[in-house]
Amino acid sequence: MKISEVIKILDCKVFTGEKDLDREVELGCGCDLMSDVLAFIKPGSILLTGLINPQVIRTVEIAEIFAVCFVRGKEPTEEIVNMAKDRDIILLSTTLPMFEACGRLYYVGMMGGYEVSR
Amino acid sequence: MVMKSADELKTATSLTSAKDITRVQELVYEMKVEQVMAHDVITVDPSLPMSELRALLRDKRISGVPVVKEDILEGVVSIEDFIRYLAEGQPNCSVSERMQRKVNTLFDNDSLVRAVEEFDRLGYGRFPVISRNSGKLVGIITKGDIIRGLLKKMEIDYHAEEIHRYRASHIFEDIIADKTTLIFQYKVFSRDFNRAGETSSGLKKTLRRMGISPQIIRRVAIATYEAEMNIVVFTEGGEITARVTPEEIRVEAVDDGPGIADIQKAMQPGYSTAQDWVRALGFGAGMGLTNIQKCSDEMHLVSRLGEGTKLEFIIHLNNVFINAAAHHN
Repeated sequence: MKISEVIKILDCKVFTGEKDLDREVELGCGCDLMSDVLAFIKPGSILLTGLINPQVIRTVEIAEIFAVCFVRGKEPTEEIVNMAKDRDIILLSTTLPMFEACGRLYYVGMMGGYEVSR
Repeated sequence: MVMKSADELKTATSLTSAKDITRVQELVYEMKVEQVMAHDVITVDPSLPMSELRALLRDKRISGVPVVKEDILEGVVSIEDFIRYLAEGQPNCSVSERMQRKVNTLFDNDSLVRAVEEFDRLGYGRFPVISRNSGKLVGIITKGDIIRGLLKKMEIDYHAEEIHRYRASHIFEDIIADKTTLIFQYKVFSRDFNRAGETSSGLKKTLRRMGISPQIIRRVAIATYEAEMNIVVFTEGGEITARVTPEEIRVEAVDDGPGIADIQKAMQPGYSTAQDWVRALGFGAGMGLTNIQKCSDEMHLVSRLGEGTKLEFIIHLNNVFINAAAHHN
């Protein structure tokens, strides 16, 4: 699924990566625990999270995730936006809560890492 | 590798056993129709007079054209329809009266393997591509597009791999010694969350420049990040050292205390002594050591209360450098 489609489905605000909205995300992961993200996320996933701090950017950099969507209307600080820009990470924000945001993407066919690894 | 026809493509995609999967087979399953199709499609309006069709097909050098109204595919009109129309000597009419309404199409997110099957099953030269979301016509695909798309992708992958091998083979080849170890050292500061992650990020970049395989780098980076967070969160600061040889990457994370009271408990998934402010950062879920163990081939943890902790983990390289060098020559 293209990032631009994710933006439409979740009605996202875009903070970084405007040039890269044609990129494909294969899988979705909804998670607030960065340790779990590190342990379980598959490269090429989009991370949906309610956590908003620089560690989110560090974590996705290490885990090779290039797109993050903050849920429940949380918006990144300038520091976080700059970190994401440096690392070519796409940052989005949706007003939807975590459950609805994940549900909408799952409903249109985006899969999670667990299903794929089986 | 040169592929000449869709038949060969088909041979390449008919899976005999899971072990025999080639790169092409992987790609036809991975890649989608929209990645290789032509996006700029020449289309005509249903109201176009048949008399104007010939000039269009000739000028654009095409044998047929999709008939589209408001981005929705209504049919396809081809040179055969035009010849039939001439032969019947009918008066001029719109293409909508002569076009084929039953058209076989592919979806933009169909896999290439499905496209190859359809080409084979129906014997057509091209398929209009419809967006699965909007139902609109978004492209057109030929066998040539598939072959070009696959070759391009393989070429890109091949070049990326070559550069990696080149660099990797050189760094250890150029050093003349019986045994070579590259050592990278990083300081980790206590409770400095603005810098937490810099060590693993830096090590990751370094290993990538050395041409180590992405899967290995991912494991080293994740394990190092967890070790780094442990030092930041729980200790008075410390040091992370990575030692790289052709055989392995050995990472050592050492701190000056306070030490772990109960190592067995600390190793249990989900056990954590982290305070709320650590959890608020998305860490302290008691998964750190478990993650490190999962990512590494060996892990050793030694700790003394009041003195400090030494965590070491090793990831085997299975001689990727040596293999790469041999391959390169």
